[in-house]
This record gives sequence, structure tokens and C-alpha cells, in this order.
Amino acid sequence: MADDAKYVTLTDANFEEEVLQSDQPVLVDFWAEWCGPCRMIAPIVEELAADFEGRAKVGKVDVDQNSKVAMKYNVRSIPTLLFFKDGEVADQVVGATAKKQLAKKLEALTAQPA
Amino acid sequence: MAHSNGTSDTQALDALDFSDAEHREVVIIGTGPAGWTAALYASRANLEPLIYKGPEPGGQLTTTTDVENYPGYPEGVMGPDMMQHFEQQAVRFGTDARYGTVTDVDFSERPFRLVVDEETPILANAVIVSTGASARYLGLENEQRLIGRGVSACATCDGAFFRDEEVLVVGGGDSAMEESMFLTRFASKVYVAHRREELRASQIMQERAFDNDKIEFLWNTEVIDVLGDEQVEGVKLINNETQATWEKPVAALFLAIGHTPNTEIFEGWLDMDDAGYIQTKPDSSYTNIPGVFASGDAQDHVYRQAVTAAGTGCMAAIDAERWLSEHPLEDEAGSTKEASDTEKPAPAAA
Repeated sequence: MADDAKYVTLTDANFEEEVLQSDQPVLVDFWAEWCGPCRMIAPIVEELAADFEGRAKVGKVDVDQNSKVAMKYNVRSIPTLLFFKDGEVADQVVGATAKKQLAKKLEALTAQPA
Repeated sequence: MAHSNGTSDTQALDALDFSDAEHREVVIIGTGPAGWTAALYASRANLEPLIYKGPEPGGQLTTTTDVENYPGYPEGVMGPDMMQHFEQQAVRFGTDARYGTVTDVDFSERPFRLVVDEETPILANAVIVSTGASARYLGLENEQRLIGRGVSACATCDGAFFRDEEVLVVGGGDSAMEESMFLTRFASKVYVAHRREELRASQIMQERAFDNDKIEFLWNTEVIDVLGDEQVEGVKLINNETQATWEKPVAALFLAIGHTPNTEIFEGWLDMDDAGYIQTKPDSSYTNIPGVFASGDAQDHVYRQAVTAAGTGCMAAIDAERWLSEHPLEDEAGSTKEASDTEKPAPAAA
């Protein structure tokens, strides 16, 4: 599964370029290995990456390795899912959430004119 | 999950077209130990169960760390790992596991009608309810506003964000002790506010907590407000004996005050007690509606253990299998609705 992963692994180093400068909306999943609910929703996030390929970007931030980004966006609970558009947080979801709801939020952002 | 019961939901359900809906022998709702065990047994009975994972896949155990009281794991097991083991075992025998939340039900006739994610109709000859329970919050306005900003019901998820800070846990049971001790790995100080003078927690957990230098207990103390604009900066407390109130600066508020059963969508259909737990007939998983079975924490306010949930999940699958063999729907496609009219509800074997 990891071989054909459609999501982007985000880091403190590439966040600016991959997310803030992206011309597509970006769904960012803040997670950690030790977070049970994060592991449970990981397949949903990866499916969304495939579903929205070409229209929106999906990235994952391991908060253990990338505390700067997590701190910058005041992430104090995981999973936290932030939706970025034009470099700004346009929407957010804290906690495990149904795929359908995430898809709806992402769909809304892709539908808007840039 | 934020849906109401009653007429508005029923109207939404009635607006859906069930004529081409997928029709299954057994649908299981929820994927904690009860749901996966029901799926394991139902799949081994060749019922090809369909199971929906719901809004919190894996359930409460995904927010725990070490599970030390599930038999068969002599060294303990991590809660999320254990739930993956449950899933793998159920899927190995043909369980059809899907992401999605059952948002509405109509149990007025067979096949039963279910709605998934408010848009997908599903028909089921039998339903096993294993929706479990979710962490309870205090219900304060500022608490709800600051969820994810320092208010949390999952210490194992969020504890690491409060390194070298002071935090407060509300509760007096085993899970409050477990969460408090877990939080001492990160926090400089863990206050435990409990509304009574003594703990409900088991002796072994109490002793561990009392022995921990980083944990300080605040007895007869309740949280009445959560302070902070962008994130939690403190809590307002009241001593319920003296009525004295004061503010305590903390970076996080962790709730461990029990759980609420996830049974809203069944209100009006299934008999429940005042707290919303589904009532089952003695020595069985039968609900008041023949063909609908309940298992796990959704129907258990007494034991609430992984192993008891698994046990009742097993009961529900066996009950469902026997009941289905005694009450077959004559036409699997569901075109002869009369089939269900000829059946008399079977009382639970007493």
C-alpha cells in the first residue's frame, strides 16, 4: 500500500512549499504512531488522497517528527485535520470523522474558484 | 454523532428509495470488541455479515494504551493493536467491513431498513447493534468550544502535547487513574478533580495513583468553567462542600467521567433505560424487536469490559444465526413483503 501511496509526507521543511504554496486545496492529517484513533482513520485519509487525485492534495504530518508545524497551527489534539486553501486554514476537524464528511469539506474547497 | 431521533429522521429515511438497496442477511453496527466478535461468529456461520465501522472505528479501546486484563495476552497488548487483531480475525472469515456510519434505522418491518452516512440505503434481515459508548463531556459551553485546544477525552492521543505543563483530569474511576498516570509521562503536574471524597477506582489503580508524586487530588471539587480564548489556560473550580470557587491555571482539561451509550438512532425503536442503554431480554441479546440484537457497551452499564463486550457480541451472533434459521425471509430480494407479516415475533427463549 505504501508503494503507491497518493498522499504526501509533510515535514517542517517541506510544509511551506507543499501546502502553503499549493495551487490545489490541501487536506493535512496531523497524526502520530502512538495515537490509536489516528491509525484507525489513516486508511480513510489515504483513500481520500486517491479519490481526489489531481483536484486536491492530501498530506500527513507526523507530529513527533515535525513539532514546528504542529505548534504553528496550535495542534493540541490528534487526529486533527486541517483544510488549507491558498495558504490559509479554511476548515478543520478534530478527532476521528466519517470519510463522507471529510470528502464533503474537501469537495467544497475544490469547487470554489481559486 | 449529532442527529436527533424522531420524525425528521424518519422522513429523511422515507425519502430514500430502498427498491434497489443492497440486501444483507446480517448487518452489524459498530466495531469495538462486541461488533468484531459478532462479525467473527456470524462470518464463521456463513452469514456473510456486513459491518459498519462507525464514527470511531475500533471504539473506546483505540484511545487506551496497555490492555492488561484481556485474557490471552499474558504481557498485555496495546488497545489499538488488539482492535486490529479483532478486525483481521473477523475479515479472515469473510466479514465485509466498511467505513461508514449508520445514521438512521427503520425497524417497523423486515427486512429492516438502514441508512448509511445519511444517503445509502441498506436492507438487513437481522441487525446486531454494537455501537458502544463514547466519552462523556461535562457539557460546559467553553469546554465544547475548546475541544482540540486543550480539552480532550483521550489522554493517550493528546497527552504528549502538554510536555512540562500542568494539566487537570476530571474523574474518579479506573480510567481517570489510568489517564492521570499516563499524563505524568509528559506533564509536570497532574491534578485530579473528583466530586466526591473517595475514588470509585479499583484498589490497585488507586494505590498506583496515590504513589505517584506528580499526581495531586482535589477532593469534592467540580469544574464549572473552562478558561481561555484560543486554547485552554485554566479551569474554574468549585468545592461542593464549602461552595468556594477558584481559578486554576492549567494547559489542558482531560475528561474521564464515564461514557454515554451511542443509541440515539434507536430511540423510539428499542427499549432503553433512562441513561439510554438498550435493554436486552435476560440471558440473551434479544431486544424488544425480534431480529434486532444488542451487544457490548450499548446495552451494558455494569461490566463495560472488552472481554464482556466480546462475550455479548458472540451471544448476539449466535442468537441472530438461530433466529434467522427459524425466521427466514421467503424472498431474499425482498419483493414479497408479505413474508414478514405472517411471522409472529418470537419471544426470547426464557
